[in-house]
Amino acid sequence: MGLLSLLVFLPFITALFVMAAPIQKQIRWIALFGTGLHLILTAITTYKYVSVGLLSTSPEDKLTKLFLVEKIDWFTSIGIQYNLGVDGISMAMVILTSIIIFTGVLASWNVENRSKEFFALLLVLVTGVFGVFLSFDLFLFFMFYEVAVLPMYLLIGVWGTGPKEYSAMKLTLMLMVGSALILVGFLALYFIAGAKTGIYTFDLNSLAQFNYPKEFQSWAFPTIFVGFGILGALYPFHTWSPDGHASAPTAVSMLHAGVLMKLGGYGALRIAVYLLPEGAKEWGLFFMALATINILYGAFGAIKQKDLKFFTAYSSVSHCGLVLFGVATLNFMGFKGAVLQMFSHGIMTGLFFALIGMIYGRTHTRMISEMGGLGQVMPWLSTSFYIAGLASLGLPGFSGFIAEVHVFMAWFFGNAWHSIVFSRVLTILAAMSIVVTAVYVLRGLGKVFLGPVQDPHHENLTDATITEKLTTGMLVATLAIVGVYPLPLIKLIENSIYPILNRLH
Amino acid sequence: MTIMNWLQLTLLLFSIGIYGILTRRSAVGILISVELMLNAGAINFVVFNKYVAAHQVSGQVMSIFVIALAAAEVMIGLAILIMIFRQRRSVDVTKMDTLKN
Amino acid sequence: MQPPVMTFMLENSWVIAAVPFFSFLLVGLFIRPYSDKWAGLVATSALFISMLASYLLAWDYLQISGAAPQVLVPWSVEWLQFIPKISVHMGVLIDPISVMMMTVVTTVSFLVHVYSIGYMHGENGYGRYFTYLNLFTFSMLGLVSSTNIFQMYVFWELVGVSSFLLIGFYYKKPAAVAAAKKAFIVTRFADLGFLIGILILAGTSQTIYFTSLSQPEVVSQLNEFGVLNLALLLIFMGAAGKSAMFPLHIWLPDAMEGPTPVSALIHAATMVVAGVYLVARMFPLYSQATYALEVVAFVGLFTSAFAAIIACTQDDIKRVLAFSTLSQLGYMMFSLGIATLREPLGYTASMFHLYNHAFFKALLFLGAGAVIHAVHTNNIWEMGGLRKKMPITHITFLIAVLAISGIWPFSGFFSKDEILVASLHGHPIHFIGGLIVAGITAFYMSRIYFLTFLGNSRTEASSHAHEASPVMLFSLVVLAAFSCVTGFIPFSHYVSIGQPLEHSRINLLVAISGTLMALIGIFSSWIIYGSSSGSAKRSDVIARRLGAIYSLIKNKFYFDEIYQFVTHKIIFKFIASPIAWFDRKVVDGGVNLSGWSARKVGEGFLSMQTGQLQTYGVWFVIGTIVTFFLFWATVG
Repeated sequence: MGLLSLLVFLPFITALFVMAAPIQKQIRWIALFGTGLHLILTAITTYKYVSVGLLSTSPEDKLTKLFLVEKIDWFTSIGIQYNLGVDGISMAMVILTSIIIFTGVLASWNVENRSKEFFALLLVLVTGVFGVFLSFDLFLFFMFYEVAVLPMYLLIGVWGTGPKEYSAMKLTLMLMVGSALILVGFLALYFIAGAKTGIYTFDLNSLAQFNYPKEFQSWAFPTIFVGFGILGALYPFHTWSPDGHASAPTAVSMLHAGVLMKLGGYGALRIAVYLLPEGAKEWGLFFMALATINILYGAFGAIKQKDLKFFTAYSSVSHCGLVLFGVATLNFMGFKGAVLQMFSHGIMTGLFFALIGMIYGRTHTRMISEMGGLGQVMPWLSTSFYIAGLASLGLPGFSGFIAEVHVFMAWFFGNAWHSIVFSRVLTILAAMSIVVTAVYVLRGLGKVFLGPVQDPHHENLTDATITEKLTTGMLVATLAIVGVYPLPLIKLIENSIYPILNRLH
Repeated sequence: MTIMNWLQLTLLLFSIGIYGILTRRSAVGILISVELMLNAGAINFVVFNKYVAAHQVSGQVMSIFVIALAAAEVMIGLAILIMIFRQRRSVDVTKMDTLKN
Repeated sequence: MQPPVMTFMLENSWVIAAVPFFSFLLVGLFIRPYSDKWAGLVATSALFISMLASYLLAWDYLQISGAAPQVLVPWSVEWLQFIPKISVHMGVLIDPISVMMMTVVTTVSFLVHVYSIGYMHGENGYGRYFTYLNLFTFSMLGLVSSTNIFQMYVFWELVGVSSFLLIGFYYKKPAAVAAAKKAFIVTRFADLGFLIGILILAGTSQTIYFTSLSQPEVVSQLNEFGVLNLALLLIFMGAAGKSAMFPLHIWLPDAMEGPTPVSALIHAATMVVAGVYLVARMFPLYSQATYALEVVAFVGLFTSAFAAIIACTQDDIKRVLAFSTLSQLGYMMFSLGIATLREPLGYTASMFHLYNHAFFKALLFLGAGAVIHAVHTNNIWEMGGLRKKMPITHITFLIAVLAISGIWPFSGFFSKDEILVASLHGHPIHFIGGLIVAGITAFYMSRIYFLTFLGNSRTEASSHAHEASPVMLFSLVVLAAFSCVTGFIPFSHYVSIGQPLEHSRINLLVAISGTLMALIGIFSSWIIYGSSSGSAKRSDVIARRLGAIYSLIKNKFYFDEIYQFVTHKIIFKFIASPIAWFDRKVVDGGVNLSGWSARKVGEGFLSMQTGQLQTYGVWFVIGTIVTFFLFWATVG
């Protein structure tokens, strides 16, 4: 078993161990051990990639260069391969996921109800996520994609709060619509290329060598982009996100908003734009406009929310809009900004949801109006929350800023295919979100943490425990490290952007 | 006798069987009707063996399988019936509608 | 040109900003949780090191830069890369104004740290306070030493957030929380303009470095696209936000909710002049954009007059000082606005005034802080007669009042005089406006002086007032000394741009008329407020005479209310709430509708589900027959 296979299946193996655990208390330790091991493996993989892979990539690459490739024929007759590989973009995403699942396990330290199944499902889900990020065969990609999406139904439906069945059903059904679109798109990609060349294959790089006819691209691109866009909360297909996040248990919200929504942006960049450059050129402006709506709409929507989780969910809609915006700008900085934003938003929103879970565990309410003055009672949690908030409004020193300026910078350099005036107007509109974000973040957080303590019951609440400090500390540190010294992350992903870019020219 | 006559016979038997399944209220009657259909099939095997591939015996072999299967099926079917009868004191299939909606 | 000799301090100039940063980490993460006392001491000594380093740097720089000021970038590292052509470095830019700003920031910051040890003694969150102060000082030093506009923006945001944290320091007080929020959001709005301006500049000229932005080819490139004025106006929007120029001034008076030393450091001496500094830093570009520069000049003049008028009616000592800060910032801004490369006196005068203002305004705030500390109120009508009880504070405050009013030989006289001289040539409106503002300034400053220190104590609390602690007095005395001597620095010798300046610049006419205006202001203030018995009555009479105009001014021309109306009544009510509603009802309604219709269709088929095995059988048979015939019809 190669390194990447281990990276993908380690969570699954951990899940098996979790299921086999004889004592309830051991479960979370096994899960923590497994994810901790995964973190170490990720570090090793990153080291290997940086020391070997990164050097051999160059801005002139026409095809994505993969490393640590594991290629096994699976169904030879129809051209399906077990094809794992890693490049800079997927490396960044794997690091993100590894951090989030580790902290997610820590954040679910107190799950008592059916904890065995809970951790097992969580780990299965994350197996799917790693699979998506590391597989370079469309069939395998789709399979892992489904593995990642489906456990969500159970996780929300069983362990959730509030109208959990409704939210779980809505989320799953909407994502299934997305999957259906993606499947249609994938099959079309497969058959069109196969019919022309005579070689039927799902291999991403082989497909990338085939130039699809323009008429085909002009309908296949929006199909696939919207399919992924649903998971990336593309307006107007975002409504699963507030309900889903609000009902989901802490770790699931973290994983979902932190990682799963990134599958959307990742797929849109890696598959839709990479394979269908002509379609991207044709539809870029349209999706840029939709993403602008996303950004502003989510930000304005967040102002008036009463529930902390809804608040964060709308802010996620706004921030994921930036990812899609970056992808739709179709230039180097836009793509880079999109990947950076995926990373940054993943960590940030993970931190948000972890903190909301911790606060909810104490106050037993998520209503903003029912809280107030919590800063005096729980200084650690409120400081972390403020850091997350400041990161989300794009404060320099945290990773969100780096990503945002990349995305906004992208417009001025524009691209050769779109009306520059339009895209500039859209960017100015999108940039307004930095003000609106400041408004809702400061309003919301101010109401919860500052001022006098509102509810006398809240006066005796405790501050963070050790595990909680570890969880938040890790996420805050990641945000700050990337924000203060972003160059390594940028260098990591930079060269892997070029193949996608070069396909456009 | 031509193959057509034989086929008319089996079609008749089969149709009677279907009619029986769809109309009988007693589960025992339905089982008997199923037997009729199975036997129509078995006869078909033998007939086609004779007219299509006379030098082989696979049709006959298959009809023996069918008879054996029919026996097994009746046995299981009757066992289920007895269990149902014990539970509900009746074998009227029109009253068995717990699957409704 | 021969590369200048690098001295040790120049090469290691990053230390000046790095020391407060590391001290911030050290104090914030490791010391604060355990000992408040040590947090204060470590933070203060870090600033002391930083201050010494900045003086060394200034000394070294003066040694090597002869007659013509040089621009050096002794240290810079790559921070991030947009495209290989445009990468952002974090570095230190050394030129006259950045060296000047570094000394000002470190000095005032150090003195405020020292003062705070006394002022904040025993406060809840003492360690947190010093952590924030260090963070602020680091950010401000990073800002002034920026080598490129992007670094400037990064630190610009950081000073914004440290200001937010410090205004909201008393986070249990709703007013402080609201003020912090307001300050952040208003400046954030301005920063939007700044950001877009940066994007336009960077996108058009492909460079972000100050040294290359001033190249003539960059200017001509920007002019070619016709975006020079636009970009600079947008950048000025950012500057106006931070320097609280009209109409973005509303946050500064509210920012006085923070602890008083913070007001002295951030909202008087350093952060708010960042906007002026930004315009000065980009002056080579501004000087090419006549239109943008004219806007700068008029906004500056208007703010200066507008704020001075409001200041005359305020009763809160810190708010009066805040409006006077606004007014003085407007002064600096218009002085920059009237400068050109050919007649650059305004530029020098503006920087000179910035320099002097930092000291005397910090002194005013710290003095006010000492008074507030003693009488526990901000209202000047509840003070009075503190001259005897707080002699040192009184003397230092008086020096500051004279300095800001422009009385010889205190520092304000020299720089104000220079600004007026600069505007005398070809800018009559600005000259007359500046002169009038000088008079009003003298009026309201002496008003608070008379009401606070002279006469008899008007309340119980003020009669029990006592002198501040020695650490606080130390800062006051040092700043008072600065206010006495900085005016004599031959500033134009060090800081100038474009054409070299001739040195004989005291214009007797201007000096006399300026002083005369100041004296008129002080005298009329004396008539109204000075005589201890009738002061309250006389001012009441005047207020009544003015009627509606008075209440209009007193309520700051209702700008807060207008903003409140726009944000809450218009933006929240007509954009945010409808979107939230629209999302829940319409967009989500669409999703639920599709789910609902799917369910209805399902219920339609439900009636076929009888549970009767035989009914299913019938359907099955019918289905088989239909399929058979279909097959027959198509294939057979």
